[in-house]
Amino acid sequence: MTATTAPPPTSAVDERSAPTGRLTRVLRRPEVGAAVAALAILVFFTVVSEQFLTPSGVGTWLNSASRFGIMAVAVAMLMIGGEFDLSAGAMTGATGLLVGVATTGYGLNVWVSVLLALVVALGIGALNGVLVVRTGLPSFIVTLGTFFVLQGIDLALVKLVYGQVAVQGFAEVPFVDSIRPVFGGSLSVFGASIAVSVLWFLAFTALATFVLLRTRAGNWVFAVGGAQASARATGVPVARTKIGLFMTTAVAGWLVGMISLFQSSTVQSSTGVGDEFIYIICAVVGGCLLTGGFGSAVGAALGALIYGMTRQGVVYAGWDSNWLYAFLGVMLLAAVLVNNWVRTRAERM
Amino acid sequence: MTSTQGELPPSHTPIIEVTDLGKAYGSVLALRGVTTTVRAGEVTCVLGDNGAGKSTFIKILAGAHQHSEGTYAVDGVPQQMTSPRDALALGIATVFQDLAVVPLMPVWRNFFLGSEPRKGLGPFKVLDVDLMKRTTKDELAAMGIDLRDVDQPIGTLSGGERQCVAIARAVHFGARVLILDEPTAALGVKQSGVVLRYIAAARERGLGVVFITHNPHHAWPVGDRFLLLRRGRSIGDHAKSEITREELVTLMAGGAELDALSHELERDPVTAGSITTELGADPVTSAGRAGD
Repeated sequence: MTATTAPPPTSAVDERSAPTGRLTRVLRRPEVGAAVAALAILVFFTVVSEQFLTPSGVGTWLNSASRFGIMAVAVAMLMIGGEFDLSAGAMTGATGLLVGVATTGYGLNVWVSVLLALVVALGIGALNGVLVVRTGLPSFIVTLGTFFVLQGIDLALVKLVYGQVAVQGFAEVPFVDSIRPVFGGSLSVFGASIAVSVLWFLAFTALATFVLLRTRAGNWVFAVGGAQASARATGVPVARTKIGLFMTTAVAGWLVGMISLFQSSTVQSSTGVGDEFIYIICAVVGGCLLTGGFGSAVGAALGALIYGMTRQGVVYAGWDSNWLYAFLGVMLLAAVLVNNWVRTRAERM
Repeated sequence: MTSTQGELPPSHTPIIEVTDLGKAYGSVLALRGVTTTVRAGEVTCVLGDNGAGKSTFIKILAGAHQHSEGTYAVDGVPQQMTSPRDALALGIATVFQDLAVVPLMPVWRNFFLGSEPRKGLGPFKVLDVDLMKRTTKDELAAMGIDLRDVDQPIGTLSGGERQCVAIARAVHFGARVLILDEPTAALGVKQSGVVLRYIAAARERGLGVVFITHNPHHAWPVGDRFLLLRRGRSIGDHAKSEITREELVTLMAGGAELDALSHELERDPVTAGSITTELGADPVTSAGRAGD
């Protein structure tokens, strides 16, 4: 063909564009903004509070970050896939309550209860996914519905069993200590007590990153969120991918529910309610686009780290903890602006 | 690029041969009496205004719709396709106007979207990233596109380059015939030129190309055969040797509009395409809409 080829159509490289610079390549990564912000916040609180960078301080904010981080990473994947899950927060409470009620209220074996909660979580995730895919309704509405249903059941069920809104006596459940190390344990690292949840957080982030960047499923996640019609046209199983994402989020909700339950030995009916927005904020701060198709698991993990550091940092600094919310709002707006700027820059060059 | 089709003489058995092809949607005749051929190494241009039946015609070729009259033969064998998969299996690939790309994803991920090559075992299969990047670069280079970075989001490419990635993708996945649905419609002059060169490159690689356009000035330089549609009917199927550029323009524009058109063309050939559309659209819309 060398002989017959048409004169190579004038090189398609536009003469106006310079070679991609290293800076642009770095800026193109979704998590860059979050990494810079996380570093700034680490330095800031280290300066204003003596406790912040002590082993016990680090252990505390890492634990806090991990519980939000596991969810944020799952929610980020879902957002990359173009969907939201407002029931994610309530899911952490619902799974914890289910185990608490089943064991203390009905005497079910704790291992069986934990597995039962996983199955229920998978079912709810699948239901969310199927409803969204089948009806074509915005996931915002569908999962808002699931959220309220879960919240209602949480309250009504626990009241029915205990006549009050918190699980009691979970620490006395038989065999509970055989499972506690898996979810609620902690390790001693350099004098700091690091919760097992931090390991779950790291593992989950690593797994999500691997799936997103190096597997076919990950490619599909970006495609269904970025341009659903194109994805369908090239043969990507759109429905399967989205349902899988909702189920992944639900499993993350179960994991965090178990972590909270086994760390504190109690759950309240209101556990997790309101947290769904924090997950979304963490994901957006980590570079996820609200419109889907762009983002990273590492970014969301960094977003959660920012949240965890600030949450504890505000306390260590001796400020009113309500400042946290004002700070979160500012972070969110700043992140959206930075994301937009970075993205237009990355797309234009 | 290693395929042997490139060596076949253009006069060989046509890959696609349609005879008196027609399509009725209920009582509406969207397409009637279309006869033409698509040969390896040739470009068959399908010209017509909005509503002339171009869309119906390519949907039949692409397997998305079934014809209700005449025959549609591939390699001499009459076919009754029931889905685009049937057409793809026969090596007939369609590049639609939206190109089926995901703008924010890198070029190499878009290139293999839906058919990603993997390596490894069982549940540990991972994307063969090196192969994907290398193949993308090579396939694009074979089309004469030298991308500086296959990692850039495909949305950062120009409209013409994106068309070409979609074309290269279809070729890589085994297309013998490429159906290009108005690839130059949304493009400026320079970008249209880029796409026309790639159509020529695909032709030189031995592919049959069906090039749908409403612009005779885009069709003329690359076309070997011109099928003209008007109000759902074929008003001519000519080899390049049987028709002149002026006749082609006349047939496309139709009588009265021609004077105004050529007047405009002389002053500014750049906007010829859009003028043709505007002039030709009105008398056609009412009758041929069903075909669009």
